[in-house]
Amino acid sequence: MSEHVHRDDFGARLGMWLFLVTEIVLFGGLFIGYSYMRYKYPIEFHHGGMELNATLGVINTLVLLTSSLTVVLAIVAIQRAEKKRAMAFLGTTLGLGLTFLVIKSFEWAAKFHHGLYPNAPHLATLPPGEQVFFGLYFTMTGLHGLHVIAGLSVLGVMLWWVATDRIRQDRYVHLENGGLYWHLVDVIWIFLLPLFYLAA
Amino acid sequence: MTTHAATAQPQPSYLVDTGSRKGLMAWLTTTDHKRIGVLYLYSMIAFFLVGMGIGFVMRLVQLTSFQHLITAQTYNALFTVHGVIMIFLFVIPGLPAIFGNFFLPILIGAKDVAFPRLNLASWYFFMAGAILAVLSLFTGGGAPDTGWSFYAPFSLKTGTNVSLAVFAAFILGFSSMLTGINFITTIHRLRAPGMKWFRMPLMCWALYSTSWIQLLATPIVAITLVLVILERFFGIGIFDPAKGGDPLLYQHLFWIYSHPAVYIMILPAMGAITEIIPTFAKRTIFGYGAIAFSSMAIAGVGSLVWAHHMFTSGMSSVANMVFSLLTMIVAVPSAIKVFNWVATLYKGSIDFQPPLLFALTFIFLFAIGGLTGVMQGALAINVHIHDTYFIVGHFHYVMFGGTGMGLFAALLYWFPKMFGKMYSKKAIYASWFPMFIGFNMLYFGMLILGMMGMPRRYYVHLPQFHTMHVVATVGSWFLVLGLLMFFGALLYALFKGGKAEDNPWGGVTLEWTIPSPPPLENFETIPTITHGPYHFEQESK
Repeated sequence: MSEHVHRDDFGARLGMWLFLVTEIVLFGGLFIGYSYMRYKYPIEFHHGGMELNATLGVINTLVLLTSSLTVVLAIVAIQRAEKKRAMAFLGTTLGLGLTFLVIKSFEWAAKFHHGLYPNAPHLATLPPGEQVFFGLYFTMTGLHGLHVIAGLSVLGVMLWWVATDRIRQDRYVHLENGGLYWHLVDVIWIFLLPLFYLAA
Repeated sequence: MTTHAATAQPQPSYLVDTGSRKGLMAWLTTTDHKRIGVLYLYSMIAFFLVGMGIGFVMRLVQLTSFQHLITAQTYNALFTVHGVIMIFLFVIPGLPAIFGNFFLPILIGAKDVAFPRLNLASWYFFMAGAILAVLSLFTGGGAPDTGWSFYAPFSLKTGTNVSLAVFAAFILGFSSMLTGINFITTIHRLRAPGMKWFRMPLMCWALYSTSWIQLLATPIVAITLVLVILERFFGIGIFDPAKGGDPLLYQHLFWIYSHPAVYIMILPAMGAITEIIPTFAKRTIFGYGAIAFSSMAIAGVGSLVWAHHMFTSGMSSVANMVFSLLTMIVAVPSAIKVFNWVATLYKGSIDFQPPLLFALTFIFLFAIGGLTGVMQGALAINVHIHDTYFIVGHFHYVMFGGTGMGLFAALLYWFPKMFGKMYSKKAIYASWFPMFIGFNMLYFGMLILGMMGMPRRYYVHLPQFHTMHVVATVGSWFLVLGLLMFFGALLYALFKGGKAEDNPWGGVTLEWTIPSPPPLENFETIPTITHGPYHFEQESK
């Protein structure tokens, strides 16, 4: 089968944007569920939010926002053919993404320690609304965490491609698309922060 | 319809292996949109025959005392599996995956879709989902028994293999979304020079609207199914009333996807019918703009009617009335299409051929399906017929009489182009009679049974329903006979059929300007388009 030699950067970006639409709708289903449950249990969600560590949540937000900045800087560097600088910025992004995951895992561990996880005996003694709150908390931050891991894997490949010159000054649409995905991960977190950590 | 270069050195057809790999491996690693379409065709016909077999057995159970062969639990599994296979493996992906893949690039004058490798990946996702769905029947706690809709809370509590079946549907959703992304990008980026939006054949408009629904609705069911799995494994409680969750939320999230999904099923079938009718009426389509916009209107309004599946689930009466009204409104763009098809035939010089016969069958059966749908949109009637055989009859008229017949019509229309072989028209006509008679005995019988009060998904029935059940079951025999004759005729043609001409029907869209079967790159030179798609010479003065 002959490979169809055809290059269309605009088309590639369009495809990526369409994919991002599906991601937003995917989380949209959860946001619908959240809105309905919060409308049903306002007090319980308030109590649930008090259990979360808002300071760590805000720190994590800053970490992700900074990592989005460094992705953009990496793209700018590639456009200027500064390969080393691009790799440094991508490396920084990967480091910040991992930092986010580490902080997140400490938070999850603390919740488990306090018996605030689905099917935990302690959680079962709390009012139903709080059980739903933590069910949603773990589902939504867990799904977001999976997206962080997916985004880091993608950016890891991008780093490798920059190193091996598959991504270069005249051909960087893959890096742009990887960056777009990473921004999406960031944007979703910006919605999760107020919904859970600032719900109290 | 276009300027195209003389074919001095004809390229080999796409069916000839030209790469380094040969035979099966060449097919399994292909990125050619035509081969991928054919891969989908073969796999889906296979799944369709399995689903048909299960339906046949279910009718037998209703006929007599076969009940000692099949337990009630098995019956529950049968209707679940019949639904899962037919819906997720045949009618939802059917037309876009087979004919969209094969003909969308050709219809807009392109060499392939925008992302050929992603296209192949979509087929692998489809097959992976299909294999998982089949595995779910034999592993874990046995075949799922929830019905294809997986309603909570029963789907959370049953010991059968719901998690795997639901995960299979999730993977299939991925395939559907990726195909949608591919088609939208293809239509935006790869139209031939001069192929303006309103010069595209209407099949492309149908695929375009379908792709948007796939894109915007599928992720909702994906997350809903993930929640069912999380609920079963970790007990997160969102759908579980004992933990403060709400089963009604499941129904909403499920139907937010699954109602638009019926438009994923029907829109491409409508698109294929819209290609067939002008070709055999030998005149341009009546109301091009109205058909194009009605496709988009169906996609839009169809996304806002999901709760009409839930009129008896305990919603507020305001919500019931709003959704009832929207449901009535969505019938309007569908009716616009029917009127346009009929108006196209009016005063056309009709050339009666098998594809047109199936297209007319589509219009007839779809009209019954559509009108019974409007009946159910009325709240008072809905309360009476909810969860009865009336619903079963209705959606078989729409999905089988609509999408199924549309797919068969498309297959008859494009078969000579896809394989370069012509089938026996007599054999196809002969298969149509038992199919049509059996279809109406079976599903109109179900409509009557529903009006009489026979509930759906019941293993046994009361004596007063028996006569109509016998009629329906006998109808199912005719239907199966007709289907087997139909596929038999096509299979025979595939191996022994005579050579088809490049343009056997006198069509004027781009696919009829290239050889049958098409060469690997579709076009010698990319055509330049100078006028609309249905430009018949005898018409223009």
